[in-house]
Amino acid sequence: MQFAIQWLVDKFSFLSPISILLLISLMFIVGTVVLLLAMLYEGLGTYALRKIGGDIQVRIGPNRVGPVGLLQFLADGVKLFLKEDIVPTVVDKKLFILAPFITFAASCAAFVALSYSDRLVISNLNIGLFYLLAISSLVVIGVIMAGWASNSKWSLLGGMRAAAQIVSYEIPIGLSLLSVILITQSLNMGEIIRSQSGGWGILNWHIFHNPFVFISFFIYFTAALAEVNQTPFDLPETESELVAGYFTEYSGMRFGFFFMAEWGEIFIVSAIAVTLFLGGWQLPIINNLDIHIYLKNLLQLGVFLGKTFLLIYLMLWIRWTLPRLRVDQIMYMCWKVLLPFAFFNIIGTGLWLLIFKGKGIPELVIQLFS
Amino acid sequence: MLNEYLPILILFIINIAFAVGIIIFSHFLGPRKSSAEKLSPYESGVPPVGDTRIRFSVKFYLIAMLFIVFDIEVVFMYPWAVIFKKLGLFGFVEMFVFIGILLIGYVYVWKKGALKWE
Repeated sequence: MQFAIQWLVDKFSFLSPISILLLISLMFIVGTVVLLLAMLYEGLGTYALRKIGGDIQVRIGPNRVGPVGLLQFLADGVKLFLKEDIVPTVVDKKLFILAPFITFAASCAAFVALSYSDRLVISNLNIGLFYLLAISSLVVIGVIMAGWASNSKWSLLGGMRAAAQIVSYEIPIGLSLLSVILITQSLNMGEIIRSQSGGWGILNWHIFHNPFVFISFFIYFTAALAEVNQTPFDLPETESELVAGYFTEYSGMRFGFFFMAEWGEIFIVSAIAVTLFLGGWQLPIINNLDIHIYLKNLLQLGVFLGKTFLLIYLMLWIRWTLPRLRVDQIMYMCWKVLLPFAFFNIIGTGLWLLIFKGKGIPELVIQLFS
Repeated sequence: MLNEYLPILILFIINIAFAVGIIIFSHFLGPRKSSAEKLSPYESGVPPVGDTRIRFSVKFYLIAMLFIVFDIEVVFMYPWAVIFKKLGLFGFVEMFVFIGILLIGYVYVWKKGALKWE
């Protein structure tokens, strides 16, 4: 995006009304494309969820609509779209209507700050990571709004549980990401990824930098599972206890927005993990390729999405394997296990950086043998 | 500034416009046959019993308070982390003391039983 803007500014050499108009319309086009791609991914996500679930439970899964059931999400979308728009009489109408919009807009707005490849950056924020954390916390406002406004017992319980769980797990997430920030000294997603390049390929990824970051990755991943309400931590939505949790009263497209927001969140937390710990769009083979810059960026985009989808697959795998925890176990896990470990990791990483002057394990090993 | 934050604003506008548009469309496309039963809150098939706006556990309130306290600490640590290498040993010791003080509060909260969920 910034390159396109730079090009426009250079071309017109000053910001004339025409260039501003062009710029704004360009942004609108890019925004629409981002939204459409995000929705395509979210649709395919629901398909993947059911297909992988079928695979793990030795069932077939959706296989009627389109080749191997690939168009199932379109059929579901049309079905939701044609459903009756029900707003129960007892609900707090304004909040009830507003809640899905907030959740959906917040989860889709997070897509702009990611760095998909070397050049494919829609919004090159210097506080990218901070923005992502802030915008994904906005989702909880929609969730608690939905739970409260529905005026149904299931929704209230689900909303309260969701709010308590999401805000609790935000703290281990924030703390575990800090140990990477200590190394990179930057919050810009592109810079964080570029700092993981170097001569030793995969070993340059931050996850292998030192033992503390290695632990941080697992703390982050566990907390992220809770943050997006995935299965060992899916208390807010427990289908078998709370009907559907905070969106029990929602139907049709309003329900669809909550569902899409959930998938958006899953992508965002996986993409953050890939960016910070797993080298982002970098793969040693592609880094050294001497090919046209566009082709290279396309490959990098593929690598980034591939890594992200691998993590999402891992999440689904966990979802279909583990049973659900109790509320008190979830709170215990967050406040008494992950939180102390996360603090320990920050101190540990700081100490490591001071003692070894910012060098990671691979560098130290090589120094030792040379 | 313009380069970086305008796309976000525009994406927000597109998102909201798109979502509102879809809801309006779906409102007119879908059937409209409402009945008193359909418009009552779902309670597993029986008529709703009692008021929903009852008192709920104080634990949620405690968690919210603890979240605010700890989240502010986390937000405070981010700027520190970004200039960690510049600050060197001084910054590390300062943060060590800060986390130490924080841990005293944490242990107090733990011992008081605020983190216990029953």
